[in-house]
Amino acid sequence: MDTFVHQVLAGLATGGIYASVALALVMIHQATHLLNFAQGEMAMFSTYIAWALINAGVPYWAAFFLTIAFAFVLGLAIQHFVMRNIRSTSVLQLVIVFIGLLVIFNSVAGWLFTYTIKVFPSPFPKESLFGQKYLSSHELGAIAVTLVVLTLLWAFFRFTALGLAMRAAAQNPTSSRLVGIRVAWMLALGWGLAAAIGAVAGMMVAPIVYLDPNMMAGILLYAFAGALIGGIDSPGGAVVGGLLVGVLENVLGAYVVGNELKLGVALVLIIGVLLVKPSGLFGSVQVTRV
Amino acid sequence: MNFPAAMNKPLLDVVDLHAGYGLTRVLHGISFGLAEGSITTLLGANGAGKTTTLRALCAMIRPQGQVTFDGQRIDARATEDIVRLGIAHVPEGRGTFVHLSTEENLRLGAYVRKDRAAVAQDFDRVYGYFPRLAERRHQQAGTLSGGEQQMLAVSRALMLRPRLLLLDEPSFGLAPLIVGELFGILRAINQRERVSILLVEQNAAMALDLADHAYLIETGRVVLSGTSHDVKRNDAVRASYLGY
Amino acid sequence: MSAIATPVGTPLAAAASARRLRLIGLAVIIIAACVLPFVVSNYRTFQFTLVLVYAIALLGLNILTGYNGQISLGHGAFYAIGAYVAAIMMDRMGVPYWATIPVAGALCLVVGFLFGLPALRLEGHYLALATFALGVTMPQLLKNKYVEHWTGGVQGIVIVKPDAPFGLKLSPDQWLYLFTLAITVVMFVIGWNLIRGRVGRALVAIRDQPIAASAMGINTALYKSLAFGVSAMYTGIAGALGAIAIQFVAPDSFGVGLSIGLLTGIVIGGLASIPGAFFGALFIQFIPNVADQISKAAPWAIYGIFLIGFMFLMPMGINGAIRLGWARMRHRHSKPAQREGG
Repeated sequence: MDTFVHQVLAGLATGGIYASVALALVMIHQATHLLNFAQGEMAMFSTYIAWALINAGVPYWAAFFLTIAFAFVLGLAIQHFVMRNIRSTSVLQLVIVFIGLLVIFNSVAGWLFTYTIKVFPSPFPKESLFGQKYLSSHELGAIAVTLVVLTLLWAFFRFTALGLAMRAAAQNPTSSRLVGIRVAWMLALGWGLAAAIGAVAGMMVAPIVYLDPNMMAGILLYAFAGALIGGIDSPGGAVVGGLLVGVLENVLGAYVVGNELKLGVALVLIIGVLLVKPSGLFGSVQVTRV
Repeated sequence: MNFPAAMNKPLLDVVDLHAGYGLTRVLHGISFGLAEGSITTLLGANGAGKTTTLRALCAMIRPQGQVTFDGQRIDARATEDIVRLGIAHVPEGRGTFVHLSTEENLRLGAYVRKDRAAVAQDFDRVYGYFPRLAERRHQQAGTLSGGEQQMLAVSRALMLRPRLLLLDEPSFGLAPLIVGELFGILRAINQRERVSILLVEQNAAMALDLADHAYLIETGRVVLSGTSHDVKRNDAVRASYLGY
Repeated sequence: MSAIATPVGTPLAAAASARRLRLIGLAVIIIAACVLPFVVSNYRTFQFTLVLVYAIALLGLNILTGYNGQISLGHGAFYAIGAYVAAIMMDRMGVPYWATIPVAGALCLVVGFLFGLPALRLEGHYLALATFALGVTMPQLLKNKYVEHWTGGVQGIVIVKPDAPFGLKLSPDQWLYLFTLAITVVMFVIGWNLIRGRVGRALVAIRDQPIAASAMGINTALYKSLAFGVSAMYTGIAGALGAIAIQFVAPDSFGVGLSIGLLTGIVIGGLASIPGAFFGALFIQFIPNVADQISKAAPWAIYGIFLIGFMFLMPMGINGAIRLGWARMRHRHSKPAQREGG
């Protein structure tokens, strides 16, 4: 029973990380109807920047926030220089551009930082908090950070004028122009925020899985599974989905399929959701008009 | 140029407007003017180019020609900038933000404004004109009835405190009673707050009752203009558009 | 010189002479290909064997993604299946190498078709996502403890390159090259016929106007699933040949990188093009070799830059660029004749 509780709680900790990346995926999908296959690599690259800063002597939290700022600008830049200039609407060409970004980030990280695995520090103490044995301090800390980020985001979108404008621009760009919203800027902001969230997720997961250029590939898959389960158009759903996937991954991995087939869980979830209920738990059904 | 008589400097001056969609040209040189404080209507059959005209004015499609608003040329500007000059467009199909609440829709209408106290007042004013919206202020806008969404669309435009209100077929799909209610409120807004209105309508009878001036558009050109009083009595108009 | 316009200038004659030119060119290339193993080193021959292998795989992927518009980011999985079929049959069951090829093809045809059935319900980037998931997960599926006994787990399987038969005086590399060349020619002739014929037109119709295609009576579901199956078959055959050439299969060489590499190949070679398969194959075989010397990361950086660059600048790939250039040249040459002809 003990191990089960531990698996569930640890699953919630990693689930929080999946939830963050899933949220980033949903944000971009809401605004563009595209799946950002490069999300994981962008997060990984940002985490390397954090590592470089910390290695250069910058204190952890300073590096943390500097990295978030860097990731934000990176996301802005990608939208402004790459995505905005794609004239075609062919899905294939768009997917190819995303894969291209994925590959570039992966290879530049490998080139700048080599492929040797690196240790990434955790800001949380080594001893487990409150003496309990279910969650390490880092896992608890990761949950806390995830919660803070998600809450801030929720508040931003719900209560601020800019957040409202971004929501509007994602849902209805034409009407948004008619009330004076600069839709292109909103899109860029969305990309910036998504990239920043990804960076936080990367920095939280790196202490657990160690930092290497292929760190985020599996996590991206879990995040996609979570986003699909929650509903690719529902930010709240993304969070729920991500947590669910984290728990499922751990529980199924420990008791059913074994640790080496954990990714298989993601694969089955993704294909299963796409076939059975593509709109997910909280999403809306898309109707295509002929 | 057939301007109504007593117009020295029109608020909106359109000269030789051409526009279209890709290779299809729809407007072939539209010219008209709109005096400040007036209600002007653009009439015409389906496909005549009325909606295209409004879209071109707001730069939703690219216009060629001269469009001057309050002395400034706006034909080369982006939609978002034109809005900031005080032109609010209620588009065809209403353009409601269906996933947001009524109140969020209204708030977006005031997006470009910085005067928060006045915006709060405008909320009250708008709810005053359309009490039904006040009742549904937290309701998801997509679940409102057609008439309510039309009211919401007009209210959203009013939240800008516009100098010029563009309306694209506001009567579309609405019961005559509701249209009458809406048009009554439009007249009140025009008289009380000096909001100039450019109304595009297929329903010529109701439009001519509301408007001061009218322009008739056929296949992308202005073919007739005058006061609504005169246009109403024009035989050709009566035969083709008024049915008597 | 005389005012009577000779047939040489007419468009019909121009097309006929272009076709003749193309056939002559093709013959030259095939002869050169046959002669190759005898004029270059064994290692180079081995490299060109891989070029042929990739060309088959790329033709397979192109049938699905280029001609039929179904995006696959997981074709490495079918390549892996073909490779492991060859390895397991040769190593664990003592089957001769040449017999593994049709088995790999048949198995992948079935598996691909079965995958194509649920894929019917997935469009555009959702299909991309599902195949991406397959591509990322494949190494784990190959390594896991339930199949370790057959697949050799993380260490993989080593196989022996076959000797030339009938005591022919050829090195194993030379023989394998010619064997692969023969299969390549067969696969491409089949593919060419498929695509030029009714099937190809149906696939393209489904890609461009799926609703109209089905309204016209094309059994969209059948064609799309078959496209998946045939595409997988080609890639599986390529995988088997590749395994024999490299003499080794291991799970980690069949990750999402392979799928991305294949995608890069058809983008660069030219989507929906047959010769493009060769241009793409040359690219993905030789660029990493060259770029590797700069840095381990360089090949992928180049792939990424080319992927994005081609989307912006040359969406039709190398083949498309050549066709465009060719068409422009022909247009320029035919113009004066047309003027004379009045």
